[in-house]
Amino acid sequence: MNQQTSRLEMKKISIAFPGVQALSEVDFMAEGGRAHALIGANGAGKSTLMKVLAGAYDHYTGSIHIDGAEAAIRTPKEAKQYGIQIVYQEVDTALIPNLTVAENIMLERTVHEMKGRQWMNWADVHRSAKAVLERMNIYIPTRKLVSELSLAEKQMVLIARSMATKCRFLVLDEPTAPLSQMETEQLFRLVRLLKSEGVGVIFISHRLPELYEICEDITIMRDGQLVIREAIASVPQQRVVEHMLGAKLDGQFPERTSSPGEICFEARGIVDSGKVNDVSLNIRAGEIVGLAGLVGAGKTELCRALFGASNSAKGEVYLRGRKLRLGSPHVAVRSGLALVPEERRREGVFVDESVASNLTAAVLSRFTSWGTWLSRSKEKQASAQMIASLGIKTPSEGAKVRNLSGGNQQKVAIGKWLLADADVYIFDEPTKGVDVGAKRDIYELVAGLAAQGKCVLYASSELSEILGITDRMYVMYDGEIRKELTTSQTNEEEILLYSTGGMVE
Amino acid sequence: MKTASTARGRGAGNIVEFLYRYGTLITIFILVAVFGTMTDSFLSGSNIINILRSISIVTIIATGLTVSLSVGGFDLSVGSAASLANAIVISMFVWHGQNMFVGIAVALAFCIVIGLINAFLVTSFNIQDMLMTLATMFVFQGVALTYTKGATISENMIMPNGDFATGLIPDAFSKLGQVPWIIILMLLVVIAVHVFLNYTKHGRYMYMIGGNPEAAKLSGIAVKKYRLIAYLLSALFAGIGGVILGARVMNAEVNAGAPYLMDAVAAAFIGFSVFGAGKPNAFGTFVGAVLIGILSNGLVMLSVPYYAMDIVKGSVLALALAITYYKRKHA
Repeated sequence: MNQQTSRLEMKKISIAFPGVQALSEVDFMAEGGRAHALIGANGAGKSTLMKVLAGAYDHYTGSIHIDGAEAAIRTPKEAKQYGIQIVYQEVDTALIPNLTVAENIMLERTVHEMKGRQWMNWADVHRSAKAVLERMNIYIPTRKLVSELSLAEKQMVLIARSMATKCRFLVLDEPTAPLSQMETEQLFRLVRLLKSEGVGVIFISHRLPELYEICEDITIMRDGQLVIREAIASVPQQRVVEHMLGAKLDGQFPERTSSPGEICFEARGIVDSGKVNDVSLNIRAGEIVGLAGLVGAGKTELCRALFGASNSAKGEVYLRGRKLRLGSPHVAVRSGLALVPEERRREGVFVDESVASNLTAAVLSRFTSWGTWLSRSKEKQASAQMIASLGIKTPSEGAKVRNLSGGNQQKVAIGKWLLADADVYIFDEPTKGVDVGAKRDIYELVAGLAAQGKCVLYASSELSEILGITDRMYVMYDGEIRKELTTSQTNEEEILLYSTGGMVE
Repeated sequence: MKTASTARGRGAGNIVEFLYRYGTLITIFILVAVFGTMTDSFLSGSNIINILRSISIVTIIATGLTVSLSVGGFDLSVGSAASLANAIVISMFVWHGQNMFVGIAVALAFCIVIGLINAFLVTSFNIQDMLMTLATMFVFQGVALTYTKGATISENMIMPNGDFATGLIPDAFSKLGQVPWIIILMLLVVIAVHVFLNYTKHGRYMYMIGGNPEAAKLSGIAVKKYRLIAYLLSALFAGIGGVILGARVMNAEVNAGAPYLMDAVAAAFIGFSVFGAGKPNAFGTFVGAVLIGILSNGLVMLSVPYYAMDIVKGSVLALALAITYYKRKHA
C-alpha cells in the first residue's frame, strides 16, 4: 500500500528546563518499516527527545523533517497530524478505565471527527475498532471494559488506538518493562507486523537482549547528547554499555573506611507476586549494601517487601538471627527496621504537618509522658537538634513540610528515622529529585549511619551513587538478583551489563 | 505592571488568609450583632442558654463524626447510631423497667458494636468510607426501626398485646436532657475530644493517618488499629447523643437521630475553617454548631419561616467549604 518508505529526521534539537539543559543539538533519524532502538542511562534525555517529537513541548530549538519536508510540530495534535503516535509507559494515564475497548480505541475519532454530529453510531464504533484489532491480530472483545484488561492488553489497546488514526511512526516508551515473557513475545509479533506495514517503530528500552531481537538500528544517548547512531548488528552489547556511560564520577562522595562486622540482617527467598523473584541477601553491621538495577527492576518492591509493606510478599527476614514477622510496617519499625521510601511526598512525609511532627512520627512514644500525653517541649528540643544536625533549611520546627524544598523534605523523611534509632536502614532512591548540595549531605548521613554500626541497604538506579557509597552490591534485573559484586572490584560497565540483563561473553 | 499585579495578588492572598482564619468567628459576631439589634431578647441570658441547649446534641454527634474525619474517614451512620441508642435506652426503661445505669450501658454497648462493624467494613474492603457507611446508615436505621416495630416508644404506650407499658423513665435520667447538665455534657465531650486529638500521641497518629495514610503506614503507625478506634469513638459519641436526645424528649420517635446527621456534617465541615485549622477539629466543630444554632435561633426570632431555614444553613456551609478548599488549592 505504502510504496515509498517514510523518513523522520530531527535536526539539532535542543531544549532547556529551569536549571537543566535536557537536550543539546541532538540529531535523530528513523525510517519506516524498521525498528529503531533508543537507549541511554536514566536522565540521558531519550524520553525528552520523544516528547519533543510527540509535540509535548513547544520551546525547543532545531527542526523536524518528515520525508524531507519540514514539519512544524509544537503540539500533540500537530504531531498526530503527521502520523506520529506515542505510547507512554504509564498506560493507565492514557486510557479511560470505565469505557469499553472499542470506545478507547476510537477515542480520537470520537473526539476530533464528530464535527456537527451529535449521535453516536455505536455499531460503527465497534465495527471499526474490531477491524483495527483484527488487522493487528489481537483478540480482545471490543465490548469489554478497559478496567478488566491486563496491563499487556491495555498496551495493545493503546497501540490499536494509534493505528486507528494515521500512524507512520510509533514510539514505544519502555513497553516491555511491566510485561511477562509471553506478553513480550506477543508485543514483538505486533511490532514485526507494524514494520511489515511500513510503520517506523522507535523502541525505548533498557533491556539489551530484546533490542537486539527486534531492532535494526540503534541510537545511544548520554547527558542530553547523541553518542552514536548505527546498525545494531555492528555494535556489541559491551560497546552499547560503554557508550551509555562515558563520564567518570566526580568526588562528591564522602571518604569512608568501612570495617563491616557480623552478618546482622538477612533475607531469604523473598517473593512478591511477579515483581520480586526469590531474592536472598544479607547485610553486615556497619556495611552499606547497594541495590543496583534500572528503573522497574523491582528494587522498590523488594524494599517494601523487606519492610513488610507489601501484603503479597513472602519469605523470611532475620535480624541478628531472630526471625521477623513480615506483613506490617508497624512490626518492622518495632523490630528496628526503617524505610525511607522513594515517593517521598506520597509515602515519606506528611506535608500538612509541621517539621517537628514529621520528625517524631516514627517514635512518638518517646515524646510523651505517661505514654500518652504529648510533650511539646521534648518534641521541640529533639526536632531542633535534628534540624541543626541535618542542616534542614526551615524557618522553624513548626513550619509545615509543604513549604520546604524537595531536598529538605527528603532530609525530614530521613531525619524521622534517625530519631528512631533503627538497626537496619533501607533507602530507596534517596537522592531522587534532590539538588547537588543536599545529595552530598544525604551521602554523608548514610555514611554516618554505617560508621555507627548500622546496616544500610541503598537502592538506587544511579550507578555512580552505588559505586560511590556502597561496600558491596546486589544487581537486580527483572525482579531477581543477577549478581553480587564487591564495589571496589567492579565498574559501571559491569553493573550496567548485569542490570540490563546482559551476560559476560 | 508586573509588580502591581503581584502586589495585588498578595493582597488578595492576605484577605483570603484572614477570612480563612477568622471568617467563621467574624460571621458569628456579625450574626450576634445583627440579631441582637433587630430583636429584643436575642442577647438575653435565657436565650443564650437556649441556643447552647439546642445545639448540644448536634455538637456531641458532630464531635464523634469529627474523630472519624480525623483519620480520613467519614462516618455517615452517626444519625442511625443515635436513633438506635435513643430507641434502646427508652425501651430499656419503658419496656423492661431497667434502671438508668443498665439502660445507658446497653444503648452504648450496641453503639460500640455499630462502631466495630463500620470499622471492620471500611478497613477490610477498599471502599470509600463514605459509601460504606452510607450502606450501614440504612442498615442500622432499619435495625432501629425493626426493634421499635416502627412505633414511637414512650411512657404508657400501648404494647402489641393491648396492655399499657408499665416502665417509667427515671427522673435522674431526665435531668441529663435538661439545663445545665445537657450543656455541661456537651462541653465535656468537646473538651475531651479536643484534648485527645491535640495533646495525646493517639490524636497525633490519627491526624497523620488522615493526612497521608501511606506515609503513616510506612512510619510504623498501626493504621488499622487507629481507624478502628476512630469508628468506635464516632459511634460511641453518636450513641451518647442519642441517649441525651432520649433524656431531652423523654421518648424515642421513629428515626429520631436521622435529622442530626446533616447538621453534624455541616458543623464538622464548618469547623475545618475555624482558626485556619484546615482539618477536622473538635473546637471548630463546636464553633460550627454554634454558628448553625445562632442562625436557626435568630432566624426564628426574626419570624423567618422554618421551611426557609435550610436555605440559609446550606449557604453558610457552602461559604465555609469554599473558603477551606480555596485556601487548600492556593496554599
